[in-house]
Amino acid sequence: MKQIFTNARLILPDEKQPKEGSLIIDGDRIASADDVTKDEPREEIDCKGRILAPGIVDLGIFAIDKPAFRFGGITRAALMPDQSPVLDLPAMIKHNAVEGKPDLWSHPIAAATKGLAGTQLAEIGLMKRSGAKAVATGRQWIADSGIMLKLLQYCKSLDLPLIVHSEDAGLTAGAVATNGETATRLGLASATAAAEAVSIARDIVLVRETGAHVHFRQVTTADGLTLIRAAKAEKLPVTCGITPAHLLLSDIAISDFRTFARLSPPLRSEENRLACVEAVKDGTIDVISSGHDPRGPEDKRLPYAESAPGMAGAETLLALSLTLVRDDIVSFGRLFELLSANPAKILGVEAGLLQPGYEADFILIDEDSPWQVDTRKMAAAAGNTPFDGLPVQGRVTAIYKGGRAY
Amino acid sequence: MTSQQTGSPHQFPTGSDAFPHRHLLGIAGLQPWEILFLLEEAKQWVDLNKKSSKHADKLDGLTVINAFFENSTRTLLSFEIAGKRMGADVVNMHAAQSSIKKGETLIDTAVTLNAMKADAIVIRHGSSGAVQLIADKVDCPVLNAGDGSHEHPTQALLDALTIQRRKGEISGLTVTICGDVMHSRVARSNIYCLTTLGAKVRVCGPPSLLPAALDRFNVEVFTNFDQALPGSDVVMMLRLQNERMNGDFIPSPREYHYLYGLTRERLMLANKDALVMHPGPMNRGVEIDSDVADDLQHSAITEQVEMGVAVRMACLDILTRKSRSVEGWS
Repeated sequence: MKQIFTNARLILPDEKQPKEGSLIIDGDRIASADDVTKDEPREEIDCKGRILAPGIVDLGIFAIDKPAFRFGGITRAALMPDQSPVLDLPAMIKHNAVEGKPDLWSHPIAAATKGLAGTQLAEIGLMKRSGAKAVATGRQWIADSGIMLKLLQYCKSLDLPLIVHSEDAGLTAGAVATNGETATRLGLASATAAAEAVSIARDIVLVRETGAHVHFRQVTTADGLTLIRAAKAEKLPVTCGITPAHLLLSDIAISDFRTFARLSPPLRSEENRLACVEAVKDGTIDVISSGHDPRGPEDKRLPYAESAPGMAGAETLLALSLTLVRDDIVSFGRLFELLSANPAKILGVEAGLLQPGYEADFILIDEDSPWQVDTRKMAAAAGNTPFDGLPVQGRVTAIYKGGRAY
Repeated sequence: MTSQQTGSPHQFPTGSDAFPHRHLLGIAGLQPWEILFLLEEAKQWVDLNKKSSKHADKLDGLTVINAFFENSTRTLLSFEIAGKRMGADVVNMHAAQSSIKKGETLIDTAVTLNAMKADAIVIRHGSSGAVQLIADKVDCPVLNAGDGSHEHPTQALLDALTIQRRKGEISGLTVTICGDVMHSRVARSNIYCLTTLGAKVRVCGPPSLLPAALDRFNVEVFTNFDQALPGSDVVMMLRLQNERMNGDFIPSPREYHYLYGLTRERLMLANKDALVMHPGPMNRGVEIDSDVADDLQHSAITEQVEMGVAVRMACLDILTRKSRSVEGWS
């Protein structure tokens, strides 16, 4: 039986603003209006004027954390290979690809090199056969340019995007913060923000050489974004992403040795933060993701330099991203390109758009509903958010994966 | 930001304690009158320490734990002597012998120390911020005896006391700090302390060992030692760790000595009666020449050690006043 979701404000492809209307679902797929005959039996669901948007496709998470994803409206999540053990074998990909079903589809990302050590190519072709939709270097940079070149040639031949981490390890060696007043006051080992642009520059040169698609998972500096902007103008196959943390926080957030604000790459200066916001506005940045990495006290209640980087971001992703709409930086339509359509496109899956024939993954949103981020009350496996105590607006009221409510 | 001087630094606002802090975790954030109060209080212990009977009973019955997670000889000894001269029962915990080696977390260690009902805990740790992490978990005052590259407040206080005794007012003096500023908690605490007390501070070192954004710290930055010295009333040399001498940060000890070593010749560039200081232990012939270090006309290096005990006695006294119900400190 078909389902009709009426009285909704739909986020439709290529539309800037939500459009009042109905969405028709046939089984697990979105159907078009022409598919419904007049007296066909149907189930009608009144959305009461809520926003009906494509489910969020979260590109690059570090743990499958279903309660957090459900709260955050995430219907698909691409799992980084930085697991224990590392996702560098076909069996590991196969196992993780079914981990979240049926309500969450996880897309495990293949490790680019064995053990993510950056020295030997992993079995990327076999991992693709097991369901890998992308390849990633993990939370580190591949220092050896020879390996990087071979990797890009290989990814190109298999038609898989390579997701890279952009920090030159020679420049960042041992650093836990970005050079600046805050790091110096705290006495933390810090590195120049130029480590990012240095690594992006090399990778862009190799993209030009190989034609492989590279997705820079997090670009967080003005210099890095300038390079991406130029590469895009040259029509090179590059895309890039960011998390809300780098759009909303600067390195001052690590004051008082707040390990919840220890991220990888580390938080940057205010100037760089503003450059990131500008890059979201002008279209240089393609993806906003949560970087979800729940870490308990054993990883976070430690001296700053000994704590693990990462934040639990899945629950706050939508509410924090909605501030970009309220601040007039992006339209509603563009926001869901960043959250859903673009990440789905990079992964090559038919999702992330309310388009007939696509997987019926969508969420209902009350965009004004106020709530407060509270580290003690989070649905996530751990409450390590640098936004603790922040009042936010907008929450998911219903989530549908493949046409079914969860 | 460092505190700006307001009014006469010798007067603290009426109606509050002279030192309204529970712990001594750093110099950053202390008001000038608070620093001067600590120095003033230390002076009585300088006199006591010169007597043959060096015992006070202010901390009688109190337990002070020196928890040292990083190797130290002189600072540990200084704190131990300070605690004992004040009459406290002093216990030393060395990381090498402790359960840290068995994988216990720092928080668990802190909770354990707390359960033993110490009246003050003195902590040294190799990681910046570790002392604050413990301080948040315990019920007694905590003294930072050095955390990573962050702060070493009692070192800055003993340096300030030494300068005061040899030079009088600190306000208006020009102090040049030279060496591995990037990794130095001594340099950071001294920058905060001396600028708060109104000194002009110059910071000098090889560019590879200067931290970022030093211009935000109200200091003048130099990479040429010969240019930093003229006009200096105090020259404070920092220790260069052995592991940083072999090409990672500087090419070799002899090149470092050539560019940044305090030689007799270099000292002549500073003011005629310039004071030479070093937090110890010294690398003689690397950052400082022996004839400069041993020249009692200029060198205050042994006096620094002497002042260290007095300053630490004062800190232990002041921080335990609340728990000892000293009048006016409830």
